[in-house]
This record gives sequence, C-alpha cells and structure tokens, in this order.
Amino acid sequence: MSIFTIPSSEVLIQGILSGILMGFVYALIAAGLSLIFGLMEIVNFAHGEFLMLSMYTTFWAYALFALDPLLSVPLSAGVLFLLGWLTYRGIIRRILGGPMLAQIFATFGLGIFLRAAAQFLWTPDFRQVSKAWVQGPVRILGVSVGLPQAVASVACLAAFGMLYWFITRTETGFALEATAQDRQAAALMGINTERMFALGWGIGAACVGVAGAFLANFFYVFPHVGSLFALIAYVTVALGGFGSIPGSLVAGVIIGVIEVLGGLLIAPAFKYVAVFVLYLVVVLVRPQGLFGKF
Amino acid sequence: MIRRRYFRWVQVSLMAVAAVLALATAPAAQTREVVIGVLYPMTGPVAQIGIDAVNVVKVALDIINNDVDINMPLGKGAGLPRLGGAKVRIVVVDHQGKPDLGLAEAERLITQEKVHALFGAYFSSVTNTASQVAERMGIPLLNADSSSPALTERGFKWFFRTSPHDGHFSLAMFDFMRDFEKKRGIKFKSVAILNEDTQFGADSAKVQDELAKKYGYEVVARIPFRTGTTSLDAEIGRLKTANADVLLPSLYTSDAILLTRTAKNLDYNPKAIIAQNAGYTDPKFVAEMGKEAEGAITRAPFALDLAAKKPLIPVINEMFKKLSGGRDISDVSARAFTGFITLVDAINRAGSTDPAAIQKALRETNLPADHLIMPWTGVRFDEKGQNAGVRAILQQLQGGAYHTIYPLELATREALYPIPAWSQRK
Repeated sequence: MSIFTIPSSEVLIQGILSGILMGFVYALIAAGLSLIFGLMEIVNFAHGEFLMLSMYTTFWAYALFALDPLLSVPLSAGVLFLLGWLTYRGIIRRILGGPMLAQIFATFGLGIFLRAAAQFLWTPDFRQVSKAWVQGPVRILGVSVGLPQAVASVACLAAFGMLYWFITRTETGFALEATAQDRQAAALMGINTERMFALGWGIGAACVGVAGAFLANFFYVFPHVGSLFALIAYVTVALGGFGSIPGSLVAGVIIGVIEVLGGLLIAPAFKYVAVFVLYLVVVLVRPQGLFGKF
Repeated sequence: MIRRRYFRWVQVSLMAVAAVLALATAPAAQTREVVIGVLYPMTGPVAQIGIDAVNVVKVALDIINNDVDINMPLGKGAGLPRLGGAKVRIVVVDHQGKPDLGLAEAERLITQEKVHALFGAYFSSVTNTASQVAERMGIPLLNADSSSPALTERGFKWFFRTSPHDGHFSLAMFDFMRDFEKKRGIKFKSVAILNEDTQFGADSAKVQDELAKKYGYEVVARIPFRTGTTSLDAEIGRLKTANADVLLPSLYTSDAILLTRTAKNLDYNPKAIIAQNAGYTDPKFVAEMGKEAEGAITRAPFALDLAAKKPLIPVINEMFKKLSGGRDISDVSARAFTGFITLVDAINRAGSTDPAAIQKALRETNLPADHLIMPWTGVRFDEKGQNAGVRAILQQLQGGAYHTIYPLELATREALYPIPAWSQRK
C-alpha cells in the first residue's frame, strides 16, 4: 500500500468526468459571488448560507408540496433573488459608507444569523430528497456517473451561459457593467445605480438559487451545508479572478478536476491540499487571478 | 392595575405552595435514602441522547422504588430491601458535553449534594474527568455508555463500566468475518478501511488496521478523509481500484449518506460492508437511506428485534415509551438502564451507603444474562472495572430495517451475502 496509486483507466476517466461535472456546479456558485464583488467590491460572506437556504427551499417544496427539485428551480431562484435584493436594500446599502470592517462583518454576521436560524427552525437533522425524478447512475463515455450530477452540471452550464449573455448582450447588462466600471459616470449617464446594485445582489443570489436546487437533488441538506461549498466558492473566485464571470467557469472546472485527481493519485486526505497549493501558486504568480482585471 | 394585583396574588400563593411542599418533604428526608448523581448532556447537539438516558433511569427508579412484578433484581417490593426499604433519589446535572463542566459538577454532587455514587456521562471525555474526581474522593462511578477503551486502562479503583468499548466492537466484526467464512465456506482476503478524520474515525481505523493484520486479512486501502466533504468521488475511485472483499466504514451521518449515494452513482459494489455504528444507526439514515444501503452491516450493543429472545425488552420498552412520548428504547438508553440497575443492585447488596461497601459489592457483581435487556452473558467486573460479560452484536439492513445477524445464536435473520450489485437491483 503506497501513497501513490495508479488507478485503472476506467476509474481515471470516471474521476475526471465527475470532477468536471462538479466543477460546473462550483462555477455557478462562484459566479454569483464574483458578480457581486465585481459590481461593488464587497465579498458576500453569507454566500454559503444563501446556498443553504436555496437547498432548504427545494427540500421543503419537495417535502410539503411534493414538488420535484427540477420543478422548484424557478421557485428557488426567485426566493433567492428576493433574498439578495432584500439583503442589499436592508443591510448593504446602509453600510456602504461605513468602514471596510463593517462591510465585512455585516455579511459575516448575516451568515451566522441565517445558519443559527435554520438550525433553530429546522433542527440540525440531515434531510434529503429521497424520491427525485432524476436519480441513479448514467453511462457516459463507457463509465458510470451520477445522473443528478450530470443534469446539474448541464443546467448550471446553461444558467452560466444565460448569465453571461445577460451581462454582455442586454441593455440592463450593459448598465450593470457600466456601474461596475464607474458608478459616478454611470449615474451621470442616467443609470439608476441604486437599482443596479440591488439587481446585482438579486442575480448573484439567484445563481446560488439555481445551483442549490440542483444540488439538493443529490446532496443532503443541513444548516451547515453552505460552509462546505462556500470555501470552495471563495477559492474559485480568487483563482478565476475577482469579478470575472468567465474566470469562475474555468476555475470551477479546474478545482473540480484537481480535487478528484489529487484524491485519486495522491490520497483523499490530500485532495484539498492539491486544490489550495494550485490556488496559492496562481495567486503568487498572478495575484489578480487567471482572468482578473484588478 | 388589576393585572399587577393578579400577579401579586399568584406570587403569594406560589410561595405558600412552596412552603407547604417544603414542610411535607422535610420528614421524608429523614428516612434513609440513597442519592445518586446522574451526569448527562441535556443540552447541545446530542441533547436527545441525554434526555433519553435520564428517562430510562426514571424507568429504572420506578422498578426499584415501587412494587413492580418483573424478573429483575429489585423489581418486587418497594425500595431496597437490604437497606430497610430505602428509596433511591437521583440528582440530574447537565454537563453539556464539556469535560471541565463534568469535573466541576462531579465535585459539586459529591461535596454539596452528598451523593453516594455517580452515574454517567456518555461522552468519553467527560466520563474521563468526572471519574478523576470520583477516584480522588473515593466515590464509586458507574459508566454505562462511554466507548473509549482507555477509560478502563487507568488503574482506577472506583470506576466501573458495564458497556463494551470500541475494542470489543471491532473484535466482533472480525469474529463475524471468521465465523461467516466457516459457515459459508468462503474466504475473505482483503479489507478496505474508510474513515472520517475526527477522533472517532481515526481511532476506529487504527484498531481495525491492527485487528485485520492479526486475523490475517490484507488491508488493501486505508482511506481517511475530511468529514463533511463536498464529494466522495475520489474516495470511491480509490475503493474501486483497491477492490477489497469487505469495506469497513467509520462514518458519521452526513458522510454515510454521501457514501451510499456516490457508490450508487459510480457503480461501486463491495460484496460486504461492516460499519462502525455512528452514521449507520442514526434513525434518520435508516429511515431515508435504509433501502439503498441494503445489506450494510453495523455493530450495535442493543437491538429491539431481540425481543423474542429477551422477554424483558418489550416490557421495559413500553415503560420507556410512556416517559419518552412514544420513542423506542435504543442503544444508549438500553445501556444506561442496564448500568443503573447494576449500580443500585450493588448498593442494595452492600446493605449500606458506605462507599467502600458499595465498591466491594460492585466488584462482587454477578448479574445473569436473563436479568438483562442486553445481549450479554451477564455483568461481572474484571480487576480493571470493565464488564467481562459484554458482547457486541452485528445487525444488517434487510428490507429497510436492521436485523440481528451475529452472534449466530442470537441471529433473527440469515446474513445477506454478497450485497446485490446496483445494476441488479430494481
């Protein structure tokens, strides 16, 4: 039993494939974070808890109204859009002029509040969608992968494409981009920057709303589930470049694959070591990240 | 104004009631009674376990203090006969799972509450500190439910444990593999150990690694991973590569769920899974993943399906359900019940509340198997204070519920082997 093992080609292909699939999900979660940061240079430390809430939305829609996770995607995205919008209107707008630390701790505190509230309301039990439409394995390229993962990654990729199209091809997207580049100039051009900020928060949160709904299809839900994914999302954003939407996609896939390969070739205990070593190297060589503008 | 006057009235009348109660209980305190300090986590993440344990102790108190017709020590007749019918009273404290609080509370129970013995405390870490106080002050502490093997290796003279520890549990798995090979004429060659990386998983994996070598099985993979990971794809990939005959997972609930789902998606088909309790016996896991985890075996100290062979189980369970709001007695509460009865039985045989007499009586304990709800051969303590009559059992998920499959003479079902491959299930 050595530390390095050579897996069979089937296991290797399976690993890389499932890494890519998971990578698309990571990417969409990170895109929401990146969008908000690019817009107003605030890191949303409650991002993981937003994800947790979207997973609970999906779970409760399933448990109470027998709504399959696939059907509750618009619901989850809508609920999260509203949450993002309200977070901006209720909290972020009020602390924009405050010191840097206040901005950090506001979302950090919101995260802790949401997590504790979830535990209080819904107990720390692990819950899951047990009879989803989409479940079980599917064979791709001669290997078996999870159908829910495959569906989730295709859907996340599609959502990603829509987000990118929206930002780069629509009038509102241009307005968002303009606000991100220079909010005073944008305001002078007649753009309601206040509305753009709220919209940015809404869309950023809606991204995790979509990702969370698909995640709930195959991952268990509990109050701390967000923190598992949030750490990866922060690394994805930093690796891809703060504020860069395409950067999150590339970085998400890289992290998904490195995670599996590190685990397969070296040892599962070191899979996050591999991810973070890559991250450190990239940040040292290119502090702004792979696609960063700053 | 009326409201304020009303509150005043309630206050006064409450004080009057309290005064009457104090007067009424004062004479009772003068008759001899036995006081036992009970330490459990009543708040925090495992509060339910503490609440269940205290409820089951109350069931035991009912049997001891009242005249209950049951085939157990101290069932018939009220109170402790050798102490002139003295009643047993408990003082419950909440240690919240904190070793320092356990230590302080143990001290307070002994010096302030003047308890004659201590009972608890579930967390091995808290049992550790509380028993240090008991040892120093010369008061017996009976532990019914902590599984760290180290607790009975300290050379303590006032510490007694009725429960099996992790060494016994892992031993049962390998005994099962050996006996099962003989029975079916098969041969397991290799095992793979998959464990989460906190103390529970790490210690369990260490013991299993040692035992595997001792029993002559090759450990083809030993995979520790960070608990609460977002994906087990790499781990399953490694397990597929290793292709062991038996998978030995030590996982908490979240990881057990993820393992089962990932194994299905990636088409990983181990022929046998023998789990170290924890996640696999979480009622939530059984309820939701029971069907998908078909064939998984777990170690357990107690099983409700032993009722046919242990007629005491349904009787105690019914009494427990009245206090617990319908919850069934389970692993920890069954062990707590057995431990508490053992302790009070010893105090009765001592015929005195003198600590040294109780200690001597505990050493001479010899409860036969038919007086227990546990699948043990009895309760008798070795020189280390460990119950030598313990026996772990193995249960297997069949049709979404656990059934006892080992030891063979207690089995209620034939073991299912090999576990059907995912592609062959409907």
